[in-house]
Amino acid sequence: MPEHAPVTITPYRDGPLLVRGPVQLEDMHGNPIPVGRETVALCRCGKSRIRPFCDGTHKVVRFRAPTGAEDGRG
Amino acid sequence: MLHAAPDTAQLREPVGTPAPRGELSAVLLGALSGPPFALPADLEIPGGDPLSDDDLHLALYLAYELHYRGVPGADERWEWDPSLLALRARLEERFERALVEAVPCDDPPVAPDEIDLALRGVAEADRGRSLSAYVEREATVEQVREFAVHRSAYQLKEADPHSWALPRLSGPPKAALVEIQADEYGGGRTERIHAELFARTLDALDLDSRYGAYLDRVPGVTLATVNLMSLFGLHRRLRGAIVGHLALFEMSSSVPNGRYARGLRRLGFGEDATAFFDEHVVADAVHEQVAAVDLAGGLVRQEPALAGDVLWGARVLAELERRWGDRVLDAWEAGATSLRRPLANAGA
Repeated sequence: MPEHAPVTITPYRDGPLLVRGPVQLEDMHGNPIPVGRETVALCRCGKSRIRPFCDGTHKVVRFRAPTGAEDGRG
Repeated sequence: MLHAAPDTAQLREPVGTPAPRGELSAVLLGALSGPPFALPADLEIPGGDPLSDDDLHLALYLAYELHYRGVPGADERWEWDPSLLALRARLEERFERALVEAVPCDDPPVAPDEIDLALRGVAEADRGRSLSAYVEREATVEQVREFAVHRSAYQLKEADPHSWALPRLSGPPKAALVEIQADEYGGGRTERIHAELFARTLDALDLDSRYGAYLDRVPGVTLATVNLMSLFGLHRRLRGAIVGHLALFEMSSSVPNGRYARGLRRLGFGEDATAFFDEHVVADAVHEQVAAVDLAGGLVRQEPALAGDVLWGARVLAELERRWGDRVLDAWEAGATSLRRPLANAGA
């Protein structure tokens, strides 16, 4: 990755947010949440057992969301 | 159960000379122990079910192992011996034909942006009984040890068959495969290599974590699931199938691995046993997206004609996993071993 490449956050269709790049994950009190990998999947369906990380449960609950931005009129 | 930290610096050399399972594997094992010579071109291919026959799949497994860690006691020059490669091609031809008969390659064309949805359709159509749900709720210690022995045939070389695809890809799908494989290989840290994590699980289950230690116990239906990956990985023409295989593998991993980890905890096992499965819950939540969208979608964007192969590779994985899971659950429900020979009891 080039030195100044921005961190990217990608909502995958019907799945998690994939965060690529050096980020620091913290709880609301500023305590670090260890990530331990280059690319991390953050839960978007709300049903993961290991939030804030994704554990694949979105498939079980048939979570649906587009990869792009929603316009709020759907 | 306390275990010393694994010595990850040691060479994980394969152990044990496997026992033949029929005439073909007997001829092959006899030949491998000496310098190469021209194997007869008319060796009879075993006539049993090409998706599970013990003799056929042991012979094919050994032919492939020459390209991985080698076969204990075998002359390494056999790897590229033309007569052995010719025999392997005949075994592959029988195996592949049976795969096509079991899983027709007849998917309608799929657009690159829709591949992830089509793969999800394959995953959702999988009506196999759930081995992971059984392990989570009711498997005994003996049964989870058998499960680990079956899986050891692949998990001790986890990710290696898919790495054959790397030099066959370029651009975005190559980058996507590297993103996945880097994780599989521990991101550069030996102790995080997934195969090493699995060896720790075997140790924690009081099993032999040396490569190949249980080959004799693993039935053909299990070896077929490993041979499938080598077949797909070692043939460039099947690059679509190996990509589809990996995508479905990753897409059907996080949830079952969470169940396996909970099953082990239910039975009283600790972090050393569950680390492999816990890691896969998190890692494969990433990998499934990358594999389905960026790898499979990326490949089909470059080569639209491969869409059918991608989906076929995924369907074939589901089919062989279903057959394997049925065999294991049938045995367990009958109170029998799912292996060719039962294991000695833990601690014995």
